[in-house]
Amino acid sequence: MWAFVIRKLVYNIPVYLAIIMLLMVLLRQRDPVAGMLGKNATEQDYINKREELGLNVPFFVQYGKLVKSIVTLDFSQKVWNEPGVTVGEKLWTAVPRSLALTVPALAITTVISIFIAMLSAFYRGRWIDRLLVFFAVLGMSVSFLVYIIFGQYFGAYKLQQWVGSPVFSIHGYESGIWNWPFYMLLPVLISVIVAMGYDTRFYRAVMVEETQADYITTARAKGAPQSKVMFVHMLRNAMIPIVTRVMITLPFLVTGSILLEEFFGIPGMGYVLLSAIRNNDFPVVEGFTAVFAGLFILSIIATDILYAIFDPRVRLQ
Amino acid sequence: MRCKTHLIQNTFRNSIQIVNDNTTQSDKPILKVRDLRTSFKTGRGTVTAVDGVSFDLYPGETLGVVGESGCGKTVTNKSIIRLLPNRVTIYDPGSVVDYRGTNLLGLTESQMRAIRGNEIGMIFQEPMTALNPVFTIGWQIEEALQYHTDLNASQRRARAIEMLRLVEMPNPEKRIDEYPHQLSGGMRQRVVIAIALCCEPDILIADEPTTALDVTIQSQILRLMDGLKEKTGTAIILITHDLGVVAQACDRVIVMYAGQIVEMAPVRQLFHNPKHPYTKALLDSMPKPGRSGHQKRLPAIEGTVPSLFDLPDGCRFADRCQHRRDKCEASLPELVTIGEGTQESKARCFYPIGDAQAVGEAS
Repeated sequence: MWAFVIRKLVYNIPVYLAIIMLLMVLLRQRDPVAGMLGKNATEQDYINKREELGLNVPFFVQYGKLVKSIVTLDFSQKVWNEPGVTVGEKLWTAVPRSLALTVPALAITTVISIFIAMLSAFYRGRWIDRLLVFFAVLGMSVSFLVYIIFGQYFGAYKLQQWVGSPVFSIHGYESGIWNWPFYMLLPVLISVIVAMGYDTRFYRAVMVEETQADYITTARAKGAPQSKVMFVHMLRNAMIPIVTRVMITLPFLVTGSILLEEFFGIPGMGYVLLSAIRNNDFPVVEGFTAVFAGLFILSIIATDILYAIFDPRVRLQ
Repeated sequence: MRCKTHLIQNTFRNSIQIVNDNTTQSDKPILKVRDLRTSFKTGRGTVTAVDGVSFDLYPGETLGVVGESGCGKTVTNKSIIRLLPNRVTIYDPGSVVDYRGTNLLGLTESQMRAIRGNEIGMIFQEPMTALNPVFTIGWQIEEALQYHTDLNASQRRARAIEMLRLVEMPNPEKRIDEYPHQLSGGMRQRVVIAIALCCEPDILIADEPTTALDVTIQSQILRLMDGLKEKTGTAIILITHDLGVVAQACDRVIVMYAGQIVEMAPVRQLFHNPKHPYTKALLDSMPKPGRSGHQKRLPAIEGTVPSLFDLPDGCRFADRCQHRRDKCEASLPELVTIGEGTQESKARCFYPIGDAQAVGEAS
């Protein structure tokens, strides 16, 4: 198993190095310094800025520097718009905020939708299944924005009027675990509602397929009670598509729900990256995207490892 | 239900205790099926897939059930073990599946669970998919023991190894921790048989156990089942559409057509002296050695099985039958006994083959 993990990691190192190089080439297609300085800059300002950013040295030296900062996790480049702040500081404050929003949302959505999907698959074709599917389709047909606006209007604004004091924040953020429900619970709930329609439908399809599998009949012929059939035989087999789906969404967890962060004013990864792009903040964009690419590859490796854990057929290959 | 504590003493021995030394049939049937009528609710209305099936199963015998696809073989047997989807299945109130004095059709789901895998084992057609791919074969055998016995974990494991040895799995101590995908089709079917037999059931229902296997493995599996039957005294219901399998493995045979039994006879009687024209036609459509050279084509039965939604009033085989007369289309014949002793067979026909005085004329 460890050999498998190490092999996966080693194989992906050249992939990551190639991604970093591609990223750097793409980001240098348009001169970042010219865009940043604006029209009134002198030639000397331009040369100074290039030097400050380290863009005056050959490409491969820059490449080496970026790889080094990723390997050592030391992003000491300066943020352009906020003097004295490094890219690293920006990164390490933004990541936990995004995770505090997206990890609970993903966990709640996955658990609830798997449960609903199993219920739906078990009562397939009956009114309870039809009702659940109806709500799933309804839920996924409504735009994300509608939920955000309704959430903010009823969940924050109206609720505040009824209760008399603010229950949920409409816009803004403060760190700290005790502040979490006030700032984060509403966006998490909205995120759960949005994702649940899609997830329930997907997991239901998975479960329906599993209920028709021959091994289910074998288990029942053995005298297995319904609970064992569903939660041991079926769920264990369904774990493979479930892992796939959860893992696909993992990289987006880190980038964060850009819309939610934007509407609720939570300065997470998506929010910071978006404003950096808007302001031509070259070091932040480069640092963040390089880290995202790394996390993406790590999540793919994690997916492969989880497959090997859940499916013995993968282990041998 | 009976607690299988005797398995504990058995566990550390090499083979299953011999329950029944002589394999001759005892007089008392272990299973009595009477007038079994199983219907399904479908989008097009109710359809009766099994229509008035009655038979007895004796300890230690192998009863073959043959017929074309969709004739009700599998539904009959899944009705016995109640593995059909509850919501759409209707058992006629007059139907009885009597196992040791209990009507299985009247049991609750949890009472039925104590029967399944314990008193009645079942093996399936597709060994490639019948096992759960994500658990070891040992786990899957031990699971059945966990539901039906008081054995502890190490006893269950010992018993599972013993079962694997019994189904002639090479190197069972090592194989027990392997996953189904590491085994060949024949090996997987051995595991499925081990699961079905590990609690020493009285009855083993084998639903086309060899159909998915190649011919050499098929013969090995049939011989294995026969050997196990002699060791344990388990009665076997063998569902198949392969008359070759019937000839090799069965003591008595039921021939089904469109949800009904059309003929029931000892195996020799059926092959040498078939009574129902359908049985005769089935036998004629089998290739025979030494005949292939100068025979043009194998005869096939003309026409198709009638739709269960639109059954004729008369004999269900009538429009495909070469011996059809007017009476056949007018009313449905009963299953009647023809001959005596070892020559005895039952056929659902007014004009059984080889019968000078046709039943229809006599009445």
